[in-house]
Amino acid sequence: MAVESNFSREKNELTIKVRGRFDFGKHQEFRDAYERQSTPTASVVIDLQGATYLDSSALGMLLLLRDHQGGDQSRISVINTSTDVRKILAISNFNKLFEIS
Amino acid sequence: MPAKEALSVLIAEDGAVDRLLLAQIVRKQGHRVFTVENGEQAVKLFVEQRPQLVLMDALMPVMDGFEAARQIKALAGETLVPIIFLTSLNEEEALVRCLEAGGDDFMAKPYSAIILGARIRAMDRLRRLQATVLEQRDQITRHHNHLLNEQRVAKAVFDKVTHSGCLNAPNIRYLQSPYALFNGDLLLAAFTPSGNMHVLLGDFTGHGLPAAVGAMPLAEVFYGMTAKGYGLVEILREMNAKLKRILPVDMFCCALLLNLSFQRQTVEVWSGGMPDGYRLSAEGEMLSCLSSCHLPLGILCAEHFDDSTETLPLQEGERLFLLSDGVADTCNEQDQLFGVDRLGEVLTGNRDVERLFDEVHQALARFGGRPRDDISLLDIRMLEPQCQLAPAVVYSDGLHGAPLEWSLRFELRDQSLKSLNPVPYLLQLLQEIHGLRAVTGALHSVLSELYSNALEHGVLGLDSRLKCDAQGFAQYYHERNRRLSGKVEGCVSIALRVEPHAAGGRLMIEVRDSGAGFDVERVLSSPVKEQAFSGRGLNLVRRLSRDARWLDGGRRACVEFAWEVQA
Repeated sequence: MAVESNFSREKNELTIKVRGRFDFGKHQEFRDAYERQSTPTASVVIDLQGATYLDSSALGMLLLLRDHQGGDQSRISVINTSTDVRKILAISNFNKLFEIS
Repeated sequence: MPAKEALSVLIAEDGAVDRLLLAQIVRKQGHRVFTVENGEQAVKLFVEQRPQLVLMDALMPVMDGFEAARQIKALAGETLVPIIFLTSLNEEEALVRCLEAGGDDFMAKPYSAIILGARIRAMDRLRRLQATVLEQRDQITRHHNHLLNEQRVAKAVFDKVTHSGCLNAPNIRYLQSPYALFNGDLLLAAFTPSGNMHVLLGDFTGHGLPAAVGAMPLAEVFYGMTAKGYGLVEILREMNAKLKRILPVDMFCCALLLNLSFQRQTVEVWSGGMPDGYRLSAEGEMLSCLSSCHLPLGILCAEHFDDSTETLPLQEGERLFLLSDGVADTCNEQDQLFGVDRLGEVLTGNRDVERLFDEVHQALARFGGRPRDDISLLDIRMLEPQCQLAPAVVYSDGLHGAPLEWSLRFELRDQSLKSLNPVPYLLQLLQEIHGLRAVTGALHSVLSELYSNALEHGVLGLDSRLKCDAQGFAQYYHERNRRLSGKVEGCVSIALRVEPHAAGGRLMIEVRDSGAGFDVERVLSSPVKEQAFSGRGLNLVRRLSRDARWLDGGRRACVEFAWEVQA
């Protein structure tokens, strides 16, 4: 599976791991990963350790997730970003919407 | 046992006994049968009756089964007409010949009714599969052509919309892959009433028609508001709000907006999500980057949207080079990206501006990149301050009648100074006066100049001497934004008075501010240095109007325009 999710009851936190190219091909899997939860979790962590590339439709997917999690009230962090991925996120200034590390 | 679906079957067999026997077997299975005695008759019957399946004896007089099979296959074209060879030949070589001549299967004599029935059914399955594949292929082709046609129409409409601007101005060079639009790239340029140039390079997420659909309202806002004299900030706010309202959450538009002022030799920039643009010297040397500092358009709601722009000096002959992400994102076969560094090398290596776009393309080809059809390149050159590029504004309204006599006073206080730019409103009012339409550009410049002087030097207390060099220039605008975002106290009032008379009329503009004023005599008498960034405002106002005076220690500007009634 290229998109894996893990729910921590203790922290009420959902972790979604994306591997390989994060592009439109992952659209359905990515949505399923957070829509499967009956109610939005307190926070979401997107782990991009295994992601090699990220395109603009992936940025769109992150925005969809943010909307689902309550927009401005959402708490979403994007972790383990590679230099290339970080560059793409930086050009779009997504650090203003997500906690990126 | 009758077959589920009756087929028409051609039997070509020279032996009368075998022919009858076969015909009987096949008929019993529920199929319609044609019989012939040699290959030539078989071909002839095929042309007339188009049977769906052929049982073909290999060795026959006049024309043998091999030749007949070749001709029937050629006549059948893409439709699969299965040919089963009937043969007593046992040598491998002969069986191979059957298949090579176009046969699909073969059966050895003597015939078994059960096996023959099974083979006919198997061949029928293949025949149907082929028919389905062909039908679907044709359907896809039809859909594809339909789609291409829709794209052509949409592109033609869109080209009309985008090219109503000034992309053909002599200081703009651009290159857009023909179908870049359908990958979401957007390129717009238009003159403001005062002769500034607004440029937008945008890139929608997503592909195809959805991206093009988003581009239409964006173009509308860009052209409409630019023509009415709105500044980048107002245009940005409107575009962002509109896109936020109409686009689905996961769609947005990366965009880079420019406002080139030839008179001031400056460029105002806002970039959200676009790759770095480059500010180049006349010789092509890289001076600085225009980097993205904002989120793309259509993501944030109005209250969180950041409309702060950056203003940079740009001297005559200096250029801006902008591009969409298609260039740096081009991939080679090893899945490497072309990247910003390779692009930088092309820029530094360039000697002839005319060849820059070609050189970018050549570098991409050398890199072995898979060609992408969403590459947009744009090169804009700063012209001399006196250039007259902007065409006369054409009005589409049907207003008539002489101007009435009227006056108004418009006062902005404290916090409202932060958010409202009164110039477009006033300009629109003044455009109702036919006699002033010819000087709309000058009016826009003068009103903008007087208002920004009152706000920046008067209320905010900024010293124009800061703008003595490129660095001070940046500092000035930085400081301006800082003070505007803090607590603003003071007021600017603008009064307009229109007085018609028999032969025309005059307009009096009075702009007052609550600031400390300035030494009018000294500023007006200091020599106009063409290269200086500061002190231009007053000279510009004097040049464009019939009369301009500064009273009350520089706190009150009185400017007059006049017009004559045309016969």
